[in-house]
This record gives sequence, structure tokens and C-alpha cells, in this order.
Amino acid sequence: MAIGLGHYLTVGAILFTLGIFGIFLNRKNVIIILMSIELILLAVNINLVAFSSFLHDLVGQVFALLVLTVAAAETAIGLAILAVFFRNRGSIAVEDINLMKG
Amino acid sequence: MYQAIVFLPLLGCLIAGLISLVGARARFPGADPAAGAENSTHDLGPHTGGGAPSPHGAHAAIAHPTSEPTAHDDHAAHEPAAMGSLPAEVVTTTFLFIAMVLAWIAFVRVGFFHEDARIPLLPFIFAGDLKVDWALRVDTLTAVMLVVVTTVSALVHLYSIGYMAEDPYRPRFFSYLSLFTFAMLMLVTADNLVQLFFGWEGVGLASYLLIGFWYHKPEANAAAIKAFVVNRIGDFGFALGIFAVFWATGAIDLDTIFAQAPALAGKTIHYLGHDLDTLTVICVLLFMGAMGKSAQFLLHTWLPDAMEGPTPVSALIHAATMVTAGVFMVARLSPLFELAPHAQALVTGVGAMTAFFAATVGLVQNDIKRIVAYSTCSQLGYMFVAMGVGAYSVGMFHLFTHAFFKALLFLGSGSVITAMHHEQDIRKMGGLKDRIPFTHAMMFIGTLALTGFPLTAGAFSKDAIIKAAFVSQNPVAPFAFAATVIAAALTAFYSWRLIFKTFWGAPNDREHYQAAHESPKVMLIPLAVLAVGSILAGYVFNDLFTGHGVEEFFGASLKFAPGNHVLERLETVGWQIELLPVVMMLLGLGVAYLFYRRRPDLPVALARWNPALYRFLLNKWYFDELYDAIFVRPTIWLGRLLWRGGDGWLIDGFGPDGVSARVLDVTRNVIRMQTGYLYHYAFAMLIGAAFFITLFTWWGH
Repeated sequence: MAIGLGHYLTVGAILFTLGIFGIFLNRKNVIIILMSIELILLAVNINLVAFSSFLHDLVGQVFALLVLTVAAAETAIGLAILAVFFRNRGSIAVEDINLMKG
Repeated sequence: MYQAIVFLPLLGCLIAGLISLVGARARFPGADPAAGAENSTHDLGPHTGGGAPSPHGAHAAIAHPTSEPTAHDDHAAHEPAAMGSLPAEVVTTTFLFIAMVLAWIAFVRVGFFHEDARIPLLPFIFAGDLKVDWALRVDTLTAVMLVVVTTVSALVHLYSIGYMAEDPYRPRFFSYLSLFTFAMLMLVTADNLVQLFFGWEGVGLASYLLIGFWYHKPEANAAAIKAFVVNRIGDFGFALGIFAVFWATGAIDLDTIFAQAPALAGKTIHYLGHDLDTLTVICVLLFMGAMGKSAQFLLHTWLPDAMEGPTPVSALIHAATMVTAGVFMVARLSPLFELAPHAQALVTGVGAMTAFFAATVGLVQNDIKRIVAYSTCSQLGYMFVAMGVGAYSVGMFHLFTHAFFKALLFLGSGSVITAMHHEQDIRKMGGLKDRIPFTHAMMFIGTLALTGFPLTAGAFSKDAIIKAAFVSQNPVAPFAFAATVIAAALTAFYSWRLIFKTFWGAPNDREHYQAAHESPKVMLIPLAVLAVGSILAGYVFNDLFTGHGVEEFFGASLKFAPGNHVLERLETVGWQIELLPVVMMLLGLGVAYLFYRRRPDLPVALARWNPALYRFLLNKWYFDELYDAIFVRPTIWLGRLLWRGGDGWLIDGFGPDGVSARVLDVTRNVIRMQTGYLYHYAFAMLIGAAFFITLFTWWGH
């Protein structure tokens, strides 16, 4: 069985869905949310690369590299915020982070 | 001159009104008298300067409205008078006396030298072909009314200076009195129906204000509202009548209407599948207004209650002038009524019914003012009988003489009430003729005139009405004749009963009897003047109003149809009919004498023997109860239904209240979505993003 575009897209979709569920079924840890975001970005990257090879257009792969860079930066900032948050609040449990309630 | 007669009272009203306002300002400086006045008067009372320092304020009287349930005329004597009471009294009374003198001059000039006048004052309505002016129309009919109104009003003003001496709000009272006089003069000088309506409503307003003058008494307020509402019913018909006149003739000024009236005869209005005679419809509707204003049968219920007002008001408005406005209106519109025989029959029937009904109720009442009030109602019925049978001048004659003796009786009653320290129940009086001989003499004269004792004023006019009812060819005339004759006996009975129970016999209440005192001169002079009028008015003016002088005297102001020979035929009645009213009067007098002087046990036995009839009369034929059941309760019920069901449930429920409740429901649920958890927001954002991407993917192109 040849591995075609459909399979890549399926993997991307599964990763995306895992990421989504990771965000809102997660009751424990903010780090898991960050990881879920990474998963979503990865799903996007897989899509980009798959379409790039399918369409013979390199722009998609260039864009995937760009996304990786931004994701790395974002994760770094997210972790930094998390570290500061933990220093201030003493917890990074998701249940405890509800200060945005009116 | 005519402008002076009409507008001097208005000027007096304005001056007294200003004084009253300034006085109120001084009494409650810088504060609304209604709100928190108790405090402000306590604080500011000593600093009010000339404004009558009043540590208790007006609200001391209001705070205890029922402190003296038996005292009908609670004067709140502990309260100082308003500033400027004396100038207000003097100004209004002086103006009225000037107007009275001018009115008598006008009477002579118009009545005997026929200097009828039409004085345009201001342009009033210009709409298309309709051109109406404010104008004073002065002919004999108006001149008679001018004399009656200004004379009684001037005397009542004078009398009120004494009667209201203890009242703290005299400027307001005199302002209202003058306002009433102005409106009444406007009514009688009206040159068109709208101006007539203006005066008509003006006297209604003044009547409302004066009945409710002692506004701290709940019953006075209730009576004022009742008078106003019942009059509205009549005025509704009156307004419709004016509309109908305008519809039929295209004009509202009297000359045009009268000129066109003969052409309307026989025309019909097609309404709801019926062809109604135009003139009959017009006259019946107009007469409805007269019924309300003149307290005729079915719309009479407000008049006895109106006695809650001060007694001079009862004398002026509810006896001598305002209630006769209906009679005047019918006389003024005689060219229309003469062409509508069915309406005339209605006028006769209602008048006769009122004369009889009110007289029966008067038999058993115990409140001195109410007896006189029912007597007024009854006499108004007489006047309408005369109007209905086409003897307009005779009706006006009775109006003229009645104004004198009824004002006399009311003012006399006021004198008695003052003497008795605001006791109005005749069962608690008795023997007063020794304590207040002058008042007794005056009341005696008034009663003679009212009951039609030969040669007094009432005898001439009342006998003429009874004769007119006898000779008339009106289909209702036999009934009217019977009713007026019986009512004559009843009138004599209740009037003499009043005299006997009040002035004669042994005092029933020692305490009141000992304290009784004659009224001050300022109250007795008007009584004397009216007494002179009550005796002489009939003899002097008899020929002008009922005899050969009518045509000459009234000229064109009254219209008699060619077939109307009532006045000529008055001469032809036999001596039996001439004598009948006197016999009836003596019968009533005799029975009253027997009942209340010789055998006081008889009336009690009579009431025991037929308690149902007694209660029927005592409760005024149960009219108040009947109206309460037929109109008032269903109206309240309907109002409650519309309020609770229509407004509360339907409009509010599905309108503002419903919408706001739904908005609250929605927001209450929306609030729950704001959990504060980051992942909920992220999820919502993703859902939203997915939604919009889907939207743009499928429908975006």
C-alpha cells in the first residue's frame, strides 16, 4: 500500500484532535496545555509538508520551518511565564488558574 | 358696560387668586406646601414676617380630618387666616356689587327699551367657512339671567364674609366664587354654542372646586368628584348635541342656527339602520346636558351630595344659578325645541318626574341642607315642565323667583348652621325662633315663597307652571300636571316640617340651644334683601313673564311656535285650577302642622306602619345603591380586569417586564459560561475559529 497524501493528512488530523482534547480535557497541569499547543502546531506542519511534497512547491516546507521557529519561541516564553506564575502563586494546576472569572 | 359686568368678576377672581398664592407662599416660604410642610412650618414659622406665623401649619387641620365627625363645617378655627383675606373679600365683593348695579341697569335698558346688543370681543375660530367670535349676546333672556346671577352672587359674596370668617383660606374661597360668577356670566351671554359650552364647563369646574373647598374632608372630595363625573355624563350628550347642530347647519352661532332651524324640520339622520328626526335628536342630546347640569331625574344624584361644600356655595351654585343653566339653555334654544315636539315631551316628562321624585325624598330627610337641596331639585323639575310645555317665559319666571327664595332658604340654613355651631341635623334643633328670631323670620318668608303662599313670589310662578301644564296639549302634560300638583303639596309639607322642627317646639338639644346665637349683620343683610325679593319679585314681574307683557318684554329672545298658545290659554283656566295650588299648599301645611306640632307621634307611627316605603324614601329611592350596582361596581370590576389582566398580564407580561425577564434569563446562563478556566476559553476560541473557517469554506465564495 502506497503512503499517499491522505495518510499524511489523517495523521495530521489525529494529532490536531489530540492537541485540542489535550487542551480542554486536561485537569492537571498547564505544561500539558503548552505541549498540546505544540501538538497542534506539529499537525499543521505535517499538513504543510505533505501538501508541499504533493504539490511540488517548496514554499510549504519553508513555511513549516518558520512555524517551528515560532513554536520554539512561543514555548520558551510560555515556560518563562509559567515559571514566574509558579513563583507568584505556588501552583501551576489548571483548576487553580481561574483568576479571569468575573 | 356689558364687558364690565362679565369681566369684573374675572378681575376679582384673579386678584383674590394672586393674594391667595402670595399668602400660600408666605405661609410655606420656599417649600412645597404638600411635602414636609409640618417640618418647614415648625422651623420657619416664627420668621415668616407678615405671613401669619403659624406654628401648627395648615396640616394640623389635615392631620385630624375626622376629629369631629358630626361637625360638617369644620372651620379649623385654631389656624390663623391667610394674609390679605380682607382685601380679597373687599375687592371681589365690591366688583360684584358694581356688576350687580350695572346688570340692573342693563335689565331696564334691554327689557324695557329693547336695546338688545351683540358685542364682539375677540375672533375665536376661523376654519374654512366657519367663523366664530367671542361675543356677548345681550337680549332680555340674558338680561334676566344677568340680574339673577350678579344679584345672588353679590349677596352671597357679602354673606360669605360673615359665614367664612373663621376659615383660614378666604382669599381662595372668594377667588373661586368670583371665578364661578365669571363663568356663569360667560354662559348666559354666550353668542354661540361653543362659548356656551365654555361657560358650561367653567361653572362645572368652579362647582367642583367649591364643593371640594374643604379638601381635608374625604366626603367633600368624594362629593366634588361625583358632581364632576355625573356632570360629564350630561356634558357628553351636550357636546354630541353641539356636534349634531354643527353637522346639520354648518354653524354654531345662535343666529345662524335659529335661521336654519325651520329648514331642518322633517329632515332625518340615518343612524344604525334607523331614520331619526334631526331636530329631535339634537334637542334630546342638548337636553341631556341640561339634565346633568340641572340635576334632573336620573342625573340628580350629585346635587344632594354637593351640600358638602360651604353653605354660601350651595346657595349660589347649587340653588340659584348654576343648576338653572340647563333651564336657561333650553329657553335660549327655544327656536329648536319648539320644532321638536318629541323632545319637548321628554323635557316635560323628565321635569315632572323630577319635581315629584325630589319632593318625595325631601319628605323624610333630616339634614337641613339636604332638604333644601331636594327642594331645589324639585323646583328645577317645575321649570323644565314649563319649558317642555312651551311656556318658556313662565319657566324663566320661576327661575327668577326661585333664585331669590332658594338663595334665601340656603343662606338662612347657613345662618342656622352657624348658630348651631355646625350642627345640620334638624332633629337636634327645635325652638330656635326664640334664639335667632331674625333668621327665623327670613326663613319663614322664604318658605312662604317656596310653598306658593298667595302673593309671594313663588305663588305667581309656580301657579303659572301648574296652569301651563294644565292647558298644554303636550302628550305628557296631564302627567306633568298631576306630578306638579302633588309635588306642590309635598313641597309645602317638607318645607313647613323644616320650619317646625327647626324653629318651633321645644329644643331637642339643650346644649346647642343655649349656645345658639344670631349671625352677624353682614350675614343678615343679604337675607333681608333676598326676603324682599322673595316677596315682591312675583307681584312686580308677573305680567312681564306670564301675562300680556311677554311678547313685548322678551321680544325675539324667546321663540314661540305659531301653534303655541299656552300663554294665552293661561287666562282661560277655571277658578278650580287657580285655586288648586293654594289648596295643595294648605293641605301640606296642615299635615305638617298636625304631624310636627299637634301629634308628633303620627309620623313615627306612619313610618312604623309602612317601613319599606319609609326606607325607600330615606334612601332616596335607592338611586345611589342602584347606580353603584349598575355602573360603579362593574366599572371598578372592568377597570380592575383591564388593570390586572390587560395591563399587568398582557402588556407588561409580554412587553417590558417580559422582555427584561428573558434578558435576565439569558444573561444568567451566559454568566455561567465565564468559568475563568483558561482551557474553556481556548476551547471556545477554537470552536469559533472552526465555525468561521467552515463558514468561509462553504459559503465564503
